[in-house]
Amino acid sequence: MPTLLIIEQLLNGLQFGLMLFLLAAGLTLVFGVMDMINLAHGSLYMVGAFVAAWLLSLTGSFVLGVLGAIALTAVFGMLLETTLLRTLYTRDHLSQVLATFALILILNDGVKMVFGTDLPLSAPEALSGPVQLLPGLSYPSYRLLILGVGLTIAVLMYLLVTRTRLGALVRAGAANRVMTEAMGVNVKRLFTAVFGIGAGLCAVAGALLGPLLAVQVGMGENILILAFVVIVIGGIGSIRGALIGSILVGCVDTLGRTLLQHVLREFLPPQWASAAGPAIASIAVYVFMAVVLAVKPQGLFPARS
Amino acid sequence: MTTPDAAWRPPPPRGGDTGGPAKRDPRCSLGRIAVVLLALAALALPWLMHTLGASFYISFAGRVLVYAIAATSLNLVLGYGGMVSFGHAAFVGLGAYVTGVMISEGVLNGGAHLLATLLVSGVAAAVIGAISLRTRGVYFIMITLAFAQMLFYLANSIKGYGGDEGLNIRARSAIGFGLDLKDPTTFYFVALAVLAACLWALARFVPSRLGRAVLAIRDDEQRAEALGFATFRLRWLVFVVAGMVAGVAGALSVNQQGYVSPNVLHWTASGTLMVMVILGGVATLWGGVLGAAALLVLQEVLSSYTSHWEFWTGWVLLAVVLFARQGLAGLLRGFKTR
Repeated sequence: MPTLLIIEQLLNGLQFGLMLFLLAAGLTLVFGVMDMINLAHGSLYMVGAFVAAWLLSLTGSFVLGVLGAIALTAVFGMLLETTLLRTLYTRDHLSQVLATFALILILNDGVKMVFGTDLPLSAPEALSGPVQLLPGLSYPSYRLLILGVGLTIAVLMYLLVTRTRLGALVRAGAANRVMTEAMGVNVKRLFTAVFGIGAGLCAVAGALLGPLLAVQVGMGENILILAFVVIVIGGIGSIRGALIGSILVGCVDTLGRTLLQHVLREFLPPQWASAAGPAIASIAVYVFMAVVLAVKPQGLFPARS
Repeated sequence: MTTPDAAWRPPPPRGGDTGGPAKRDPRCSLGRIAVVLLALAALALPWLMHTLGASFYISFAGRVLVYAIAATSLNLVLGYGGMVSFGHAAFVGLGAYVTGVMISEGVLNGGAHLLATLLVSGVAAAVIGAISLRTRGVYFIMITLAFAQMLFYLANSIKGYGGDEGLNIRARSAIGFGLDLKDPTTFYFVALAVLAACLWALARFVPSRLGRAVLAIRDDEQRAEALGFATFRLRWLVFVVAGMVAGVAGALSVNQQGYVSPNVLHWTASGTLMVMVILGGVATLWGGVLGAAALLVLQEVLSSYTSHWEFWTGWVLLAVVLFARQGLAGLLRGFKTR
């Protein structure tokens, strides 16, 4: 059944890639427009997941949990932007790294104080079973839901950025911020809005991935680096680049983890294969990034050209 | 607003750190007295701790010294070289793993450990530097990070040497003279000697011809190139030397803790080193030492009061970013010039 396995893994890769896109979209705009390194972006993902789990335990409704988490995290993100991050836009990258690293520490421990080190978050009962996609291929329905939501948001984001006035302003800001300001656009206010959207998208990813991964303190740290890899591959400031980069990284990571293991088992003893597969897959993502940078130093779709 | 490719512009040089002809002004000799006093205090510290019955803090002080060495080496790359490396923990981790693996394989000769550490971390820095230094700004930050991440996952996968659980070692590097690195006081003095050598070398390097050239490249690479400096090669050299020193810090750390795990290679470890440098003072001789001491002491003090010490550490770091723009060294200098 290798073809079915590959299809299943491709679906998994696409699904993980779309979730990565939710993080990368906000990150690439912050990075591209404000030239700001925000290491705390992963913490918003964590906050979103925790709030979703908390609301789920309060209301008993997964949908309410996710929607509430989106709203609360977006508000939280905008508060963070107006009180602290805004003052960092004009500072050098080192100050931004130090300040947002400090924010990671604060938010990690803050979440621990409020919610504890981890919270249970499980997918709704109705979506716990598998769905028959093809003869012989059944796929978990919850993962299918993530896939659907991810695709919908990706399309909406694309339309928002390419077809609306807000999107045009954001793209103008990414291409040349000073000129955009000179044309009378209030980039500051625009940016608070963008940051809020980015935080909301983080919450979507955190809440939806929560049942698959685990809702725990520090969950944002590893996925943050993957999101950075995505936006560097895609080209900083480019939504299209973020989307394509996310799907590439998601597929490389997921396919590597499982298929590589299968291939390696042919040549290596099983305990070596199960260790080497994930390692090579994780490394492959970074090798891929290094190669892209070597060939196209500005990423695949540079926003400033 | 910063331009996209200028990741960091150094503050205009002030004080004696950036060299210049040694003028006999009172501030300079005051600084010299301070250094002598500091050295005496560092030498007397273990004795003082024993007398006060706080021997536990000797190994803490040793840990501060190891971090100080690593942070000082990062300051060479980041502060003096102007290369914002977000993967410096890679070299610390390599040094720790090389020494740890050799010890677990029964090779105990400390000289061999040092040589292997310098060789491996040097070669790794040479390769990583040769590739990364072709990029600029944010891309340099990300590509150095990427290399460190590769090593992190590699260390996680080598089951033969602990994998993700880490590697415990029973013995320590044998350094001769009847010294045992398991003894915290001995370790403290060895680490102190290494740190002193690093600081001495850095203090000599900065005002030297080579050091001036590196600073010139940091401040304006095109101009330095026009003046005939081999800019790429010089930056690469700085990157490699700093990587080797970081490797030595790693070799020391595995000797102190008797343990090495992939966490030494995690990106948050690189971030912590970076935070130390920025906290202490970028491109200042004592920046790495000040930052390492300040951050670790802060954590130690806070963790004795609360289990949520990270929370309060974060607030202190935020306050430093917002109110002490040139780090602790900048604050100290502010006092002196006032």
